[in-house]
Amino acid sequence: MPAEAAAAAESAESVFPQLEALLPHVQKPIQYVGGELNSTVKPWESTDVRWALMYPDAYEVGLPNQGVMILYEVLNEQEGVLAERTYSVWPDLEALMREHGVPQFTVDSHRPVKAFDVFGLSFSTELGYTNMLAALDLAGIPLESKDRTVDDPIVLAGGHAAFNPEPIADFIDAAVIGDGEQAVLDMTRIIREWKAEGRPGGREEVLLRLAKTGGVYVPAFYDVEYLPDGRIARVVPNRSGVPWRVSKHTVMDLDEWPYPKQPLVPLAETVHERMSVEIFRGCTRGCRFCQAGMITRPVRERSITGIGEMVEKGLKATGFEEVGLLSLSSADHSEIGDIAKGLADRYEDDKIGLSLPSTRVDAFNVDLANELTRNGRRSGLTFAPEGGSERMRKVINKMVSEEDLIRTVATAYGNGWRQVKLYFMCGLPTETDEDVLQIADMATRVIAKGREVSGSNDIRCTVSIGGFVPKPHTPFQWAPQLSAEETDARLEKLRDKIRGDKKYGRSIGFRYHDGKPGIVEGLLSRGDRRIGAVIRAVYEDGGRFDGWREHFSYDRWMNCADKALAPFGVDVDWYTTRERSYEEVLPWDHLDSGLDKDWLWEDWQDALDETEVEDCRWTPCFDCGVCPAMDTSIQIGPTGKKLLPLTVKKPAATG
Amino acid sequence: MQRIRLRYTKRGRLRFTSHRDFQRAFERALRRAEVPMAYSAGFTPHPKVSYANAAPTGTGSEAEYLEIALTEARDPDKLRELLDESLPAGLDIVDAVEARTPGLADRLTASVWELRLDGVDPEEAGRAVAAFEAAETVEVERQTKKGMRAFDARSAVVSLGLSPETHSLRADRPTDQPCAILRLVVRHVTPAVRPDDVLSGLRAVADLAPPVPAAVTRLAQGPIDAGTGTVTDPLAPDREAAPLLETAAAAATAPAPEGSA
Repeated sequence: MPAEAAAAAESAESVFPQLEALLPHVQKPIQYVGGELNSTVKPWESTDVRWALMYPDAYEVGLPNQGVMILYEVLNEQEGVLAERTYSVWPDLEALMREHGVPQFTVDSHRPVKAFDVFGLSFSTELGYTNMLAALDLAGIPLESKDRTVDDPIVLAGGHAAFNPEPIADFIDAAVIGDGEQAVLDMTRIIREWKAEGRPGGREEVLLRLAKTGGVYVPAFYDVEYLPDGRIARVVPNRSGVPWRVSKHTVMDLDEWPYPKQPLVPLAETVHERMSVEIFRGCTRGCRFCQAGMITRPVRERSITGIGEMVEKGLKATGFEEVGLLSLSSADHSEIGDIAKGLADRYEDDKIGLSLPSTRVDAFNVDLANELTRNGRRSGLTFAPEGGSERMRKVINKMVSEEDLIRTVATAYGNGWRQVKLYFMCGLPTETDEDVLQIADMATRVIAKGREVSGSNDIRCTVSIGGFVPKPHTPFQWAPQLSAEETDARLEKLRDKIRGDKKYGRSIGFRYHDGKPGIVEGLLSRGDRRIGAVIRAVYEDGGRFDGWREHFSYDRWMNCADKALAPFGVDVDWYTTRERSYEEVLPWDHLDSGLDKDWLWEDWQDALDETEVEDCRWTPCFDCGVCPAMDTSIQIGPTGKKLLPLTVKKPAATG
Repeated sequence: MQRIRLRYTKRGRLRFTSHRDFQRAFERALRRAEVPMAYSAGFTPHPKVSYANAAPTGTGSEAEYLEIALTEARDPDKLRELLDESLPAGLDIVDAVEARTPGLADRLTASVWELRLDGVDPEEAGRAVAAFEAAETVEVERQTKKGMRAFDARSAVVSLGLSPETHSLRADRPTDQPCAILRLVVRHVTPAVRPDDVLSGLRAVADLAPPVPAAVTRLAQGPIDAGTGTVTDPLAPDREAAPLLETAAAAATAPAPEGSA
């Protein structure tokens, strides 16, 4: 970066005057000015531990992110602690910032990111890695951890992708896996003590203190040794006191953490414009492809009354018109019916809509759906059978039968819904063309049933299908990924079959993603430290915003990977389409999600045998290992409580 | 149904708010402030808000106007305070009156703009202003959706003058560098002549090229007094139409709080 930018970054002065002159020349300048309702600006000097929190994507995607919003509020509530937010700038502003020497800034006070103690990034997806490098470079922070000094922030990764931080091990100083609420406070305390003592031992010392807690992973304190065939031999701590494995963090009582209390309300348009409440965390349905379900165990419900309070306060604080009840499978909350009814009753006059982003076919019922749409539109229902054939759904342990689905959509169409959306995956382990082609049969039966019960031809079913990417800490972590070419060929056959159906084809929409981005995601999600060179090469070649179709370049990733991986004797296929064996040391084995590796392997074998596993909320424990390893337990209702009306509506006119 | 007219601002960094962004923010503020809004009929009811003649994204404003329709009467001043608290600082509600006359939008026939040109020598700016004023017509071009379009930027300009101030200490972008501050009164015509077009005109007639983008703020908009060429308060007719007694009475019997029956 330019020298003058480096000099500017030395101080914590606001760079807004310099930035402001650039804003008339960029698209949607409002996303860079901050000032959102419920944002917090604290005097710099009144604080001693300062966090810059980044969601490494565009503002419109990053602002609604619950993780960042929660940590922002948790940190800012602390005396002496300050947290500000920063997002990826679009290429138009990046070019101007480089030209005029304006560093990466926070949107709250427009302070240079380099001036903070911690630069924390939340990675929901691996496709944000190049954006991290762009932000580090713009901030004037050395790209690699080894080149940083005591005056650079601690670069910290969190979020689901951080459960395998090895591909970005060169660029980050530390990673935290699991729930962040308590973890950021513990880290703050350690950093505060170290600063108060006059920063003894410099950067290495503070990282060592963090690593010794067992809850902060510092990649530099571990050496990776490789076998001649390219596989990992072992991963060894290289400092005394550094644990062999780093544990994930788990927050137990969600009612004790009612965040965000004051959700941010942006002026700019963003992807989710609603008041979101996480109604429970974790999921034990056991879908074998689902990393989120595996790494967030056990299930911890927020109580119905806790949810009611959060909604009430949040709506007052924001003015949003929609409430999103978030979780990995929201209809599974033990009191979801009472929650939906109670909220619909409370907000009937205010035209507040309710949404349940993730609903399982087998947990759906029409009463619930009616409550959800009572105050709003009845536009469409979305279900995710994921696998097209009964056999496939046994492999992935998504225990939804075709009969369940047909019964559910029949109820929906019969009750006035006109549109059903179905999500599937392509490229699942053991899948054949026939499994995928059965998706067309399912969609046809859905339409046939819909026409029958609604007595109308004016109904639709949209099939949406994406490529499966095997993820760390899941039973499919050993599975071969289907190549982009085979994925595309399979999807083409399905498309032809749907379009060729004269009777039903025109009622079935078909949306799919080609297989190429999935291969890059696969490379990054199951990669090891050698992938760092690929990420850096892609960044230096101009790669940014890889989650955006218009910015993503598959060819760039493949060219850079060919060059960067050649010296190691491995290639993209080795990381993606290669099946791993039981003995192989996986790059993330030293990051402890609580799941017993042997249990994951057994579950992988069960998948191959098409054997299903139940949900431990309703059946005995099947020993996935999380609760004993993490000293946690399932926390679910029912509490038996109800949401009461908030005010007496329209009191009788009794003079 | 009661209609209330509001004047609001776009100050400081929030001048980068687009009109669409403002609309969303305002409608949320209405919810937070629990204003008894009238809703449009239809499949997706919308609160009844009419916006008039919004300033372009990136320009500040002290004088934007809108009108809202309520199902229950509210005291305009209290409503103003409540709404102002519900909006971020910078988007400030600064005036409120009950609508008692038709056609607020029709009264907004001209605007007063301040154009701050940082790093421009006031003398040089003065020469450019004089050349512009002296010209019969000043043809400028602007990129529109239909491509480049040429039009006259001079005839809509009622007056353009150099302010005696040479330093600007406005809070949003303070600077101690010398700058030229222009004051522009322009009639609302079609196609609209915007401050940017006048700046293009100054470049056309006198090669005036500011080194950084001008800081532009709308100071007022309303009817133009034909004699003096000044822009007057568009809410004045509503204020004048308010019967004094009625206003006093309304204040004394402020609506009882809801649910107190």
